[in-house]
Amino acid sequence: MSLAHKGRRITLLGLVLLAGVYVRALAFTPLERFQGPAQKIFYLHVPAAWSAMLAMGLVGLCSILYLIVKDLRFDRFAAASAEVGTAFSLVMLTTGPIWAKPIWGTWWTWDARLTLTLFLFFLFIGYLLLRGAVVEPGLRARYSAVLGICGLVLLPFIHLSVYLFRTLHPQPIVLKPSSPSLPGSMLVTLLVSFAVFTLLYVGFVTQRYALALQREAQGREHA
Amino acid sequence: MLSAEGLRHAFGTGGGRVVALDNVSFSLEAGQTLAIFGPNGAGKTTLLKVLAGLIRPDAGRATVAGGRGAIGWIGHQSHLYGHLTVRENLLFWAALYAVPAATRATRADATLRQLGIADRAEQAVWSLSRGLAQRAAIAKALIHEPRVLLLDEPFTGLDLAAAAEFRALLARFQGAGRVVVLATHNVGEGVELATDVAFQRGGRFVHFAPRGARRPAQIAEEYRRAVGEKEADG
Amino acid sequence: MADLLRQAWTVARKDLLLEFRTRTALVSALVFSALVLTMFNFGRDPTAVATIDLAPTILWVTFTFAAMLALNRAFQLELENQALEGLLVSPLSRTSLYWGKLLANLVFVALVEAVGLPLFVLFFDVPVGRVLLPLVGVIALATIGFVAVGTLFSALVIRTRFAELLLVVLLLPFLVPPLIGAVQVTARLLGGRPLSEAAGWFRLLAAYDIGFVSLATLLFPFTVDE
Repeated sequence: MSLAHKGRRITLLGLVLLAGVYVRALAFTPLERFQGPAQKIFYLHVPAAWSAMLAMGLVGLCSILYLIVKDLRFDRFAAASAEVGTAFSLVMLTTGPIWAKPIWGTWWTWDARLTLTLFLFFLFIGYLLLRGAVVEPGLRARYSAVLGICGLVLLPFIHLSVYLFRTLHPQPIVLKPSSPSLPGSMLVTLLVSFAVFTLLYVGFVTQRYALALQREAQGREHA
Repeated sequence: MLSAEGLRHAFGTGGGRVVALDNVSFSLEAGQTLAIFGPNGAGKTTLLKVLAGLIRPDAGRATVAGGRGAIGWIGHQSHLYGHLTVRENLLFWAALYAVPAATRATRADATLRQLGIADRAEQAVWSLSRGLAQRAAIAKALIHEPRVLLLDEPFTGLDLAAAAEFRALLARFQGAGRVVVLATHNVGEGVELATDVAFQRGGRFVHFAPRGARRPAQIAEEYRRAVGEKEADG
Repeated sequence: MADLLRQAWTVARKDLLLEFRTRTALVSALVFSALVLTMFNFGRDPTAVATIDLAPTILWVTFTFAAMLALNRAFQLELENQALEGLLVSPLSRTSLYWGKLLANLVFVALVEAVGLPLFVLFFDVPVGRVLLPLVGVIALATIGFVAVGTLFSALVIRTRFAELLLVVLLLPFLVPPLIGAVQVTARLLGGRPLSEAAGWFRLLAAYDIGFVSLATLLFPFTVDE
């Protein structure tokens, strides 16, 4: 089975499971007492944020690995991850305000994690713009790796500075070590959604990676 | 003094992949001058850049006794800052090449006199004519008294008189414990200075031998046969 | 180490000499700062917003944007006659090259700030006398951080298309932590708050400087090698 094929299978599976998550979240998970139906969007928003963070983390990691071993596979993976990460951060940036309007009473607020995700999006865009501006593959890989590493180091600084600035975001309630404050069935839905979004990430990146390989092969034929 | 072992280098990947160096090995001792002839795109500039440490080759090793500080480089570009005077440029490069502060000024003046542009020392580089700028560039390359001189198409853009002058200067420079590597696409150029001749094509040395008693016309004929009529003229 | 610094200084001195010879970039940056400060004065409602509330923002937006002008030219001037190639074949270490560029950029931005700050005091009638020393301290800390990243990025974009535009887009997210920190500290200083209130911000700025100067030193060779 080709890589593109595998990627399509994984993505398809992820999408089917995503529909399952919707059904479970809407029909089989109780309403949150204070937030009402608006809280349902969490099952999309939080896992999308997770996938975007995962994408950036892997862009950074692949960038470091590329500069050490100079293997173009890492560069290809980083590029795929950045494109997929852009999509996930867009999902996160659109679902966030939809939730925030009824709950916080405002579409947008400069809360720490919200700002962080906005800059995550800007970093992805900058990364892809830089890739588009360099023609030679070796140079492109090296330049974007430098930017990828800087971006990864920047994120904690942005988080810290905006956090010190002010914060409104609901505090993490899933991974409190003492007692999870999210009711059991909601937690299960959220965790399932995390798994599905991770699967979608893998599916998208695999397809994108395969596409890059295919384009390079086409380039070889033309020459 | 200068050696290359199994140098390989390629640019790009996939369809855009161009092999610039393909298993190039040679070594030169003090007093030798190597002229490398090859058509455009044969990998001559890449070879010089690898020798100068500008490009790290994919495989193989290039060593120059004394390292970067021992190399003088003359390429297509002068490396001079237009808004500084000729003298300021020379002093800057002398400082980078760790010429002792006490001798920089005298060294700069001596080099300018040697190239016949002492009267232009206080002139901004941008205001110099092409020929004078070329001389200033040569002065920059010689300011630290390099023992290895790498020349990439040094005759391009020089008129006949300037080219003759440059040849005379090279003749004075070579020998006496120094090594010169000269790369050009124009066969015959500088051949009378060479102790050794190489033909490069597709990244490979297709010919490498002492010049011996061969005349320029003979070498040009051999070059045509080795590289191919069409490429040699192109 | 002494050798690295001496070489860095040689590069920086050359850059500054070139700058004072032409003066275009410096004069542009100074005029730009004066203009932005003027615009801010008219771009607010003086009856609704007290100057003191807006002052830190005005100061820092002006400084960071003026600095961008400086960063663009850092490696641009090495493209003339391919001087960069000359630097790379010379024994100059990549680290010294980066530090030299960083140093020259810092001097350049410091000059703009040295003129911008008095103008700011004059235009907005802000009392800085009592807090001048800590204010200069926070200006220095914030400036080092974003100029360090900016110097690295200006080398990164120099061989790309649309270098100037790309530099701004890549660099702006990196200005967020120093900008927020500097504005917060400046606001507390101008508001007459005790210095201890800003300790956390000073630590953040210092951490950013140390982090990015080291990271950029480490990554710089990858941006200039062919």
